[in-house]
Amino acid sequence: MVDGAAATLRAQLLTHRFGPRVALSEVSFDVAAGELLAVIGPNGAGKTTLLSVLAGVLRPTSGTVQLPGPGHEGERPSSRTVGWVPQQPALYAKLSVAENLRLFARLERVPDPERSVREMLEQTGLSERAGDQVKELSGGNQQRVNIAIGLLSGPRVLLLDEPSSALDPRQRARLWEFIARLAEGGTSVVYSTHDVLEAQHHADRVLALDEGRLVFAGAPAAMDWSY
Amino acid sequence: MRWLLAKDLRILQRSPVLLGTLVVYPIVIALLIGFAISSPPAPPVVAVYSGVHNGHGTIAFGSERVSLAKYAKQLYRSIQPLQASSPRQAIADVRDGRALAALIIPADIDTEIQQLIRTGMGNPTVRVVLNSHNPLERDLAKQAIQARVDDVQSAVSRQLMKLLMADLQKVLSGGSVSFLGQTVHLLGLRGIRAIVQSTIASLPRGSRQRPALQQVADFANLAIDGLAIAGPDIGGVTTPLTVRESDVSGITTPASSYAIAIAAVVLLMFVTLLVAAGMLALERSENAYRRLVRGLVRPELLLAEKVVLASACALAMTLAMSAVISIFVPLDWGRFELWVIALAAGGVAFAAMGVAVGALARDVSVASLLAFLISLPVAFVALVPSTAVSGGLGAVLDTISFVFPFRAALEAVSNGFTASRPAIGLPLLHLTLLALAFAALARVALLRFGER
Repeated sequence: MVDGAAATLRAQLLTHRFGPRVALSEVSFDVAAGELLAVIGPNGAGKTTLLSVLAGVLRPTSGTVQLPGPGHEGERPSSRTVGWVPQQPALYAKLSVAENLRLFARLERVPDPERSVREMLEQTGLSERAGDQVKELSGGNQQRVNIAIGLLSGPRVLLLDEPSSALDPRQRARLWEFIARLAEGGTSVVYSTHDVLEAQHHADRVLALDEGRLVFAGAPAAMDWSY
Repeated sequence: MRWLLAKDLRILQRSPVLLGTLVVYPIVIALLIGFAISSPPAPPVVAVYSGVHNGHGTIAFGSERVSLAKYAKQLYRSIQPLQASSPRQAIADVRDGRALAALIIPADIDTEIQQLIRTGMGNPTVRVVLNSHNPLERDLAKQAIQARVDDVQSAVSRQLMKLLMADLQKVLSGGSVSFLGQTVHLLGLRGIRAIVQSTIASLPRGSRQRPALQQVADFANLAIDGLAIAGPDIGGVTTPLTVRESDVSGITTPASSYAIAIAAVVLLMFVTLLVAAGMLALERSENAYRRLVRGLVRPELLLAEKVVLASACALAMTLAMSAVISIFVPLDWGRFELWVIALAAGGVAFAAMGVAVGALARDVSVASLLAFLISLPVAFVALVPSTAVSGGLGAVLDTISFVFPFRAALEAVSNGFTASRPAIGLPLLHLTLLALAFAALARVALLRFGER
């Protein structure tokens, strides 16, 4: 766990059940500002459920998700404070990159949507593809737009659900560069992956889940990767 | 909501195949249905062989004459006659599919009828050969021929009764009849009675002839009274039934307006169901739903947006179609605001049903297919009059029609089109309740909409 004062997101005893099946069992951790936190585990370990609960998409059966820090007491995660990027790009294929960004900026009630769109296009390196329909983009570029939408409201935490799963090695490399820059800028990034190498190379800390239970939380170097 | 509406309109605009299907297909279907209902069936092609030569075919009833040619003309207006050179040719025309039926009139039909009238003997017969390949077409041809044959029967019967009445009058009151080229004067029962009574009066009181003559006078009295009473009754048999046709005041809709109302509601139904179901399911197919409802848009607002989008698109298309059709069929433009209200209410109810379908289907292609599959039976069931089927089935059809918006929308729109129809308040209330019910169903279905 990080120092409570520096935490931007705090999960306490999160449990989630789908009917009789326990998908998450009393998972607790904090996320620090600018931290890159990898959530790993085999398929069905509860990674997507954990990120969905952190994002507020799923309501936990028990436990809480909080945003520590002054001015956020008792606040639940929302799209303005916690950016969420689902595994499959949540984009309108027939809209252009800029139109997708503009739509979500307006729905987010971002103060200056056009400016936010420009910034996101620059940040993701997609300015030249702004007018292209999303369906015309490669998987990597679609994922960048997907992430850009998650960042539109300038959240303090960004949740990425297996962001690199559909990308080729070159696109992966560019994605991790982009995510690293975000973290350097102070955004906490929590991502799920089942790729051990990614977690080893692109995480400050690793959470390992198995059948919904948190079985490891610590630096990648301290993890028994043979496990 | 406006950003979502703008987004959906842009997506529709960029889907030319979908847009084309949504615009062209319902219009074609609507027009086909409208014209099929408003157009009378084409007269069946009937091969006709008549052995009666020109100038013949007249049946004499005393001084009255009935020309069979007159009824042949009426028959030819009910059918498309295909003249055959022989009975064999007429049957071959039916067998080869050139005609749905053959009507074979023998050369001696007039003399057979004449003989039947004069002697009570004879069996005048026309032959009808029907093609039984298609039962509907068979019935159509049969009805067209039977109706005209009934006309001839009725005309012959009428003339015969007229002749009988005239003869009866002569038996009663006397008169002249032609017989073997000579005119013979008949005395008549009333004349006989007068003569007999004056003869009785002239005889002495004790005359032995008096009782016998009195019996003749009594018989004459009885016969006169009986025939005088029976005469009008016999006359009445010639036209035993009188059909008075009238409509119940206030609910008559011109067939053309009703056909347009049907076409409009069919169009409304297709567009709203497909757009509402498809565009809602698209939110899930594009993975956007969970992102949207994560604090950006309430699910109820998303449903409302789809309802507004679908009903507005359908309303615009339906009004455009009605405007085009009104070039050919007169519509009461003075009631335009009622059209709009009725079509809008129908559109909202259909759209609510559409979002329920979209929320339950959760996939664009499944939602579109489901919407399409539901539309056809819903329209069909609503258009079948419950009185046209047996009691139990009629009640089932009525129940189905009640829980889907087609019949209520049709009632509202046809009432809106026509001034003589009742007000549109009741169907509007029905549509409102259906819209709320379907919207509630859609909201419940959304609970599992975002699940993967």
